[in-house]
Amino acid sequence: MKEDATLAHNTDAEEPNRRDFLYIATGAMGVVGAGALVWPFIDQMNPDASALALASIEVDVSAVEEGQSITVKWRGKPVFIRNRTAVEVEEAQAVPLADLKDPIARNANLPADAEATDVNRGVEGKENWLVQVGICTHLGCVPIGDEGDFGGWFCPCHGSHYDTAGRIRKGPAPENLLIPPLEFVSDSTIKIG
Amino acid sequence: MAGHSNYVPQSAGAKWLESRLPVISLVRGSFVDFPTPKNLNYWWTFGGILFFILISQIITGIVLVMHYTPSTTAAFDSVEHIMRDVNFGWMLRYLHANGASMFFIAVYIHMFRGMYYGSYKAPREISWILGVIIFLIMMGTGFMGYVLPWGQMSFWGATVITNLFSAIPLVGDAIRTWLWGGFAVDNPTLNRFFSLHYLLPFMIFGVVILHVWAFHTTGNNNPTGVQPKTKQDTVPFHPYYTIKDLFAIIMFMILFAWFVFYVPNYMGHPDNYIEANPLVTPAHIVPEWYFLPFYAILRAVPDKLGGVVAMFGAIAILFVLPWLDTSKVRSGTYRPLFKQFFWIFALVCVALGYLGAMPAEGTYVILARICTVYYFAHFLIILPMLGFFEKPRPLPASISEAVLKGGSGKPAGAAAASETK
Amino acid sequence: MSTMIKMVRSLAAVAAVAIATPALAAGDPPHIERQQWSFAGPFGFFDRGQLQRGFKVYREVCSSCHGLRQVAFRTLAQDGGPSFTEEQAKQIASEYTVMDGPDDDGEMFERPAILADKFPSPFPNEQAARAANGGAYPPDFSLLAKARAAHRGFPWFVFDAFTQYQEQGPDYIYALLTHYPEEAPACLGEDFSGYYNPKFLGGSMPADCAHEHLTGGPIGMAPPLSEELVEYTDGTPMTVDQYARDVSAFMMWAAEPHLEERKKIGFRVMVFLIVFAGLLYFTKKKLWRNVEH
Repeated sequence: MKEDATLAHNTDAEEPNRRDFLYIATGAMGVVGAGALVWPFIDQMNPDASALALASIEVDVSAVEEGQSITVKWRGKPVFIRNRTAVEVEEAQAVPLADLKDPIARNANLPADAEATDVNRGVEGKENWLVQVGICTHLGCVPIGDEGDFGGWFCPCHGSHYDTAGRIRKGPAPENLLIPPLEFVSDSTIKIG
Repeated sequence: MAGHSNYVPQSAGAKWLESRLPVISLVRGSFVDFPTPKNLNYWWTFGGILFFILISQIITGIVLVMHYTPSTTAAFDSVEHIMRDVNFGWMLRYLHANGASMFFIAVYIHMFRGMYYGSYKAPREISWILGVIIFLIMMGTGFMGYVLPWGQMSFWGATVITNLFSAIPLVGDAIRTWLWGGFAVDNPTLNRFFSLHYLLPFMIFGVVILHVWAFHTTGNNNPTGVQPKTKQDTVPFHPYYTIKDLFAIIMFMILFAWFVFYVPNYMGHPDNYIEANPLVTPAHIVPEWYFLPFYAILRAVPDKLGGVVAMFGAIAILFVLPWLDTSKVRSGTYRPLFKQFFWIFALVCVALGYLGAMPAEGTYVILARICTVYYFAHFLIILPMLGFFEKPRPLPASISEAVLKGGSGKPAGAAAASETK
Repeated sequence: MSTMIKMVRSLAAVAAVAIATPALAAGDPPHIERQQWSFAGPFGFFDRGQLQRGFKVYREVCSSCHGLRQVAFRTLAQDGGPSFTEEQAKQIASEYTVMDGPDDDGEMFERPAILADKFPSPFPNEQAARAANGGAYPPDFSLLAKARAAHRGFPWFVFDAFTQYQEQGPDYIYALLTHYPEEAPACLGEDFSGYYNPKFLGGSMPADCAHEHLTGGPIGMAPPLSEELVEYTDGTPMTVDQYARDVSAFMMWAAEPHLEERKKIGFRVMVFLIVFAGLLYFTKKKLWRNVEH
């Protein structure tokens, strides 16, 4: 630095490399710092530790009789748990895949490309149980049970009809109702999430 | 602000914009091409530092509001929720809480710099007055912000400060009840303080723009107090002062980070980690450190109304400072007597701060009274008289001349902070 | 004029001297000894074993009166804390009972706690706590280590900012727990049936004791710790001193669970800022090199 001061006015052309390096290093450092600084301000809007702790719930379904359903809250959203009648299961199994608007199972427990057969929608070995997130895949309303043209669910907001396996059959919704990660931890207890 | 731009729009789009809204030339005229005295020392960087902290406080404040709940039943727990659960919540809160202290450290240095170098004198009175207004809004904002965590000090600080207004004759009680929205500090008070605490920083931002506009109209003051005469006396703001201010901001951030990451509760009071309890007053109520000098003045006067008047008077007197100083010479550098009184005054202010934190009894009260009298005497007696009695040193003909002689333009204690040539 | 100047100067000098002399007012605050803590200083970290032992002391001794209502069970397994395994934390949670509900019949019910729950308080509210403790209110532990502090006069509080002395809370708690005297001072009276602690900040002594220059005051809490009260399985001495140290450290963690993360990030921020400031300094020098200023 000292030499610069004595050389005074003519250093620009003589030391381009050193000057450029200093400016680039300073600028790069500033960019890195700004980037690191931005992250906490973005991450603070992500789910916090208390929200993540509630990511899974256990539900006792021993009191849900055949043909009944309950709604529980999971991650702030309704989850429909239905103990389907034999007729409903039969109806759902009889639907050919070609009739389905969305041929993908949308089951978080299966591979992403699983077909939307009734078996793939239900729980393995317990096909009378249907557990799904009660959020219409169109724009997020909550569908009404035992309604609609297909005996399943009907969304009143924009008229989407779901069948007894929660598959979209008619209306603007693009996908079948989502099936959350779940497992039966005992015969009467379902763990969701 | 405008009028200094060398900007000539080149592209068709830039020409189109310039003829409709000359915002580019406005910004360039104010912060790029603006001719700035070349001899500004590091005390001048505190303006830039303050602007940085203001922005930092606004941004951290906005994100804290995303997680905070303004209600007497939930406020304290929501702050703990931020501290424990929210991602980086502890960092954001400590940045905001310590940021307030940093803001006041910087603003006090900035104000004392203005006093030392006579930056309040003609033609910069408006800039100074706007600065005092900013200081007042800052105090209001800081006070209301301290109430929001709803700890013991929040509650009792709010109670004590709002009770000051009851000293006003006739309407005092009505005003106090109106401020509270009830018969004590309670939920309505917390909610209105929250609302105003969110609003006021944006008002500060607005006044800051006027503040800058004012001294960009008159030109910056500088350590010699001599107006720039030729182009040799100034440099364009960018890159000379942008880089210098940025360096100073980063240096200041080191201090800031020290507090945030290593001693985050140093500036706070332990009692504020106890939830507010309207039935129990803490043994010693102390306001945040930046109010302590004024708090000492309040307690020094043995009369309720008198104390309140003295306290507000201590701030109000700053508004008329430009007309109390009778000296023709602007910079303290060339005023040998003023220089000494300036440092005594600074010492008295620090002493008042210390006394404000001590219990109001015995020696402390007497000392606080002496310091209070001196505080006002400095403005009302010493400054007006110095102008007549003091024999200033000869002024340099220009900034360039002062610079070439060297050594001038820096306050006695500034040697460590001033840059080496 | 010059007399006035002289007068003012001497006044200022008097003021400066008077401020520098120690305070004469009020009762003497207790002296709180500064302790060594693993979590002190710029590279401070919690001793996992100590936090686990401290938690054990809390659970077996303190928790019958003192709550921990801001602390969630999940944080027992969180980084930078006691680092219990998730299974251990689940086990600990399940040993507590929390109120939940309403159920489908509209009734509130009790259930074992899960990781997402926070520690249930031993008393439903302050009134119940006071009623059960002879009028004294056992404070919640969640923030106590930050809500208590040793008194630091001038000039020490100035140095504290530079030496990073932030462990006044645990120092105070440790001092309180280890300084119960054998007998209460006589000046408290023959029929004094409570407890006295010379480090207690919340008490005040009766006028009879004024001449004795005692610090602290009567305290509602009986000496909570005694030798071999809590079983340590890792060979750590089972002494009052060790229990007090461990539980103070645990309380510091409970009050500031992100302390380690804070100091770690702080170091990186500091290194970055110092290097960046250095680069900026040279950049600034370079830009200004042709300007005489």
